[in-house]
Amino acid sequence: MRDRAIIWSGLAMFLLFATFPFWHNLSAAVTSKGPNPVLPANARQCVAPVEYMKTSHMTLLLDWREQVVRQGRREFTAFNGQRYNMSLTSTCLEQCHSSGKAQFCDRCHDYAAASVPCWDCHVDFKSTLRSAK
Amino acid sequence: MKTSLSALSLVLAIALAAAAASRFVWLLPLLAVALPYGTLAIFLAGLSWRVVCWSRSPVPFRIPTVCGQQKSLAWIKSARLESPHSTPGVVARMALEILLFRSLFRNTRSRLEDGPRLIQREAKWLWLGALAFHWSLLIILLRHLRFFVEPVPKVAVLLENLDGFFRIGAPVLLVTDVVVLAALLYLLQRRFRDPQVRFISLFTDYFALLLLLGIAATGVWMRYFARVDAVAVKQFVLSLTIFAPALPKNPGPLFFAHFALAGTLAAYLPFSKLMHMGGVFLSPTRNLANNNRRKRHINPWNYPVKVHTYEEWEAEFRDKLEAAGLPVERP
Repeated sequence: MRDRAIIWSGLAMFLLFATFPFWHNLSAAVTSKGPNPVLPANARQCVAPVEYMKTSHMTLLLDWREQVVRQGRREFTAFNGQRYNMSLTSTCLEQCHSSGKAQFCDRCHDYAAASVPCWDCHVDFKSTLRSAK
Repeated sequence: MKTSLSALSLVLAIALAAAAASRFVWLLPLLAVALPYGTLAIFLAGLSWRVVCWSRSPVPFRIPTVCGQQKSLAWIKSARLESPHSTPGVVARMALEILLFRSLFRNTRSRLEDGPRLIQREAKWLWLGALAFHWSLLIILLRHLRFFVEPVPKVAVLLENLDGFFRIGAPVLLVTDVVVLAALLYLLQRRFRDPQVRFISLFTDYFALLLLLGIAATGVWMRYFARVDAVAVKQFVLSLTIFAPALPKNPGPLFFAHFALAGTLAAYLPFSKLMHMGGVFLSPTRNLANNNRRKRHINPWNYPVKVHTYEEWEAEFRDKLEAAGLPVERP
């Protein structure tokens, strides 16, 4: 008794699944261009160098949270001597990234499917106001 | 000790060689383009070749290993899962085996006590460690679809959210990352601690475990400590999937160590004991129904054998038999 038909169709199914990224991306005409977050119009320099912010903004924000919530310190001195108020909503989003969560944070975070625990507590005012209207 | 050390040094050598090679621009095409395509081709072709070879071997008899009552008379209760007589029973038995490692759940450990008395006791830790490892690996692999597919499939997002359920830190701690490392370390120390298991452990046993451990460790390091630019990594991986490879901007040596180790695993898998990934589906002691007596199974390579029956022999020598006065069947 041989079950070649069953075995080969099982193998074909596995191969189809294993090569899913290839045929999906080719058929959906995906490019490797990457996301395009809307950058601030007026500000040129972030609170840390761009390369650092790209990979480690979450540790900076966690550090800010620690400083503000647990130690009551609000002032942050950046690498270039500039001083900032440590606040995600009123510094990052209001002073520079006025495009907001949807057009700045989410662009890359959706692209890489990285969950953003910030918004578990913080409120994204823009989208909340928009949905309230 | 020697085999485990040589396996460890091989894994370390691959990781370090890849990390060092990523420093040289002229080696990048080899590392970032030739390696992934080459190892993937070896993986797919090797795996298909092994499965096709297996599919060509004839299975003339039903050889299930069972531990239950065979289906016979209507008034004798049969064990549908332990000794399946029909396809649905076989499918259920296979599903339990593949998804829950049912046969490993029956693992026992024997010990000789004073008397002398042989004591068999249940040993479930291997089952638990194996189950934790395999399920974590599956979830981790599916989670990696976020780097390979754009837009990210819903299942990858769902798994990521479930995995990061505890919302610890940022990047969010993923439970499977912890579980896979713990399970692999358990499986590795089991080979060292138990003298009998250590005795039968070969190079390939250590190499597979250490390779997986190396992949998990570099992945964890990259996500939580070195913090590689995930967007750049995804751009690079997507460029590979559309056959327009764009060399990564700056993912760093750690990424390439992870990448090379994963490639090694893919290329090594079809030619190693890790091929149980496909083999578990084709185990004749599991995937055959126990219906040797209920159904007639004819050997597929039976060919017509030329026979000479007694009747024909008697007809051939009838005159001689009668002349000698010997009794004949047909007078």
